[in-house]
Amino acid sequence: MAGTAVRGRLTWQTATVGAVMDETPAVRTLSLEVPDWAGHRAGQHLDIRLTADDGYRAERSYSIASAPGEPVAITVERLDDGEVSPYLTQELRAGDEIEIRGPIGGYFVWEPPGTDGAAPLLLLAGGSGVVPLRAMLRYRSRVGSSVPARLLYSARSWAEVIYRGELARLGDGVQVIYTLTRQQPPGWTGYARRADPEMIAEVAWPVTQAPLAYVCGPTNFVEAVAADLVALGYPPQRVKTERFGATGTP
Amino acid sequence: MAALEDGVLDGNAIGGLLLELFGTEMTTAVGTCAGCGTVAQVAEMAVYQPKLGTVVRCRSCDNVLMVFVEVRGVTCVDLRGLAQLA
Amino acid sequence: MSPISRGFHRRHQETEPAGRVPPGQYVTSDFPVLSAGPTPHTALANWTFSIEGASSPASWTWEEFQALPNETVTVDIHCVTRWSKLDTSWTGVSLDVLLDAVSSDAPYVLAFCDGGYTTNLPVADLKGGKAWVAYNYDGNSIPPEHGGPARLLVPHLYFWKSAKWVRGLRLRETDAPGFWEMYGYHMYGDPWREQRYAGD
Repeated sequence: MAGTAVRGRLTWQTATVGAVMDETPAVRTLSLEVPDWAGHRAGQHLDIRLTADDGYRAERSYSIASAPGEPVAITVERLDDGEVSPYLTQELRAGDEIEIRGPIGGYFVWEPPGTDGAAPLLLLAGGSGVVPLRAMLRYRSRVGSSVPARLLYSARSWAEVIYRGELARLGDGVQVIYTLTRQQPPGWTGYARRADPEMIAEVAWPVTQAPLAYVCGPTNFVEAVAADLVALGYPPQRVKTERFGATGTP
Repeated sequence: MAALEDGVLDGNAIGGLLLELFGTEMTTAVGTCAGCGTVAQVAEMAVYQPKLGTVVRCRSCDNVLMVFVEVRGVTCVDLRGLAQLA
Repeated sequence: MSPISRGFHRRHQETEPAGRVPPGQYVTSDFPVLSAGPTPHTALANWTFSIEGASSPASWTWEEFQALPNETVTVDIHCVTRWSKLDTSWTGVSLDVLLDAVSSDAPYVLAFCDGGYTTNLPVADLKGGKAWVAYNYDGNSIPPEHGGPARLLVPHLYFWKSAKWVRGLRLRETDAPGFWEMYGYHMYGDPWREQRYAGD
């Protein structure tokens, strides 16, 4: 599908924080009320801008966590030495204003396929890279799509898995496979290591099914996983990537 | 110690900047590297953000494709490394 | 008019100058890595440092460079992105030693580096014990992400002038802007006069 023409405001607009919800001790979802919101696509992101009273400004980008048709929401992970994430996850509250720009992106977006194909969907998340992929899965549910979908979600521990309950309730057409890289709960029988070629080969849809893959997370994760998929025979144009940069050690 | 390359992003990260500068969604725009001829979508290009500015490079040959530097609210845009951007 | 973000403030408050820290800077104990491109990895066997543009240009291999007189200095460094790091220790060869190997009246240089980075400086700012080509930081070889095997060290100017992965200097009659200078950073870059951008 060709790039989307962006309707609505092209520059910064002021949004109001609605509800906030803590997903994990370090992760919070913020609902935003945006006047004249023109809608968004699954996988797009927002830029947010904060202005301190001395005029100092900081900008960051966050993936939209909600599906098209739902109110805009972003999910933010608090980085210990961050400047913006501690503010968004601990200080900001309902009724506060925040500047946003967006929605942004036409590459890392998913639309349910039409009637002519049901290419299975492969979603691969490293840490907070799950956020745009969750928007895609919510969208899939919302429109009643039967596209087979599989999510491989790499997280450091079970406590750090975002959207745990929701991911368990996605229904039969979606398989969620976790790999917990640092710490596993007692009795854990799932993957317990960083994603590697063997794991990717086990979870990836066969190439013969012409799957579409979306990989999102820290740069190291994305590059390794994308390379593994291409090595399995996935055409590069069927592997979409979005890098979030470096984070803490896996 | 994490390698510098751990922090390298892709063109998705400058979607907002390009939206502001070009007035339209640009992450799917296709660029041709003037150095090696590699054709890639902006979303796939390597993006370095050392805070002094934003430097976009070809993933194949590391040639500088685009540079954006903001000085006093005005952004200097250099697209010389692109033979074509459509 | 942007709304003020209630309760938001910058992470690093600027430090009271007290003569040690230039205006607008904060002191950090970190050593942030900022780079405009991938880290080059040049084998020492292939590494040379050259001074070009003189009637008799000079060039040193790594072994020859290591055999030159060197010094260990402790200096403060100031990045245009506002962090300052105090008492950093470097070992390297003074530019006085290197520039003495060529005879030239040229007033400017363009420093060039692996990876293509360039920056411009007046020769006068490289002489008189003010600049080095450093190969050790804090007693160890400079790590690649900090500019190793060797980088320029010109601590009295903003640190973008202390070019990482430096491979030589091109002597010039005129001052030509290097990489960041072309895009609006100051041609000289004195942190004490806060010369961050052209026109400052």
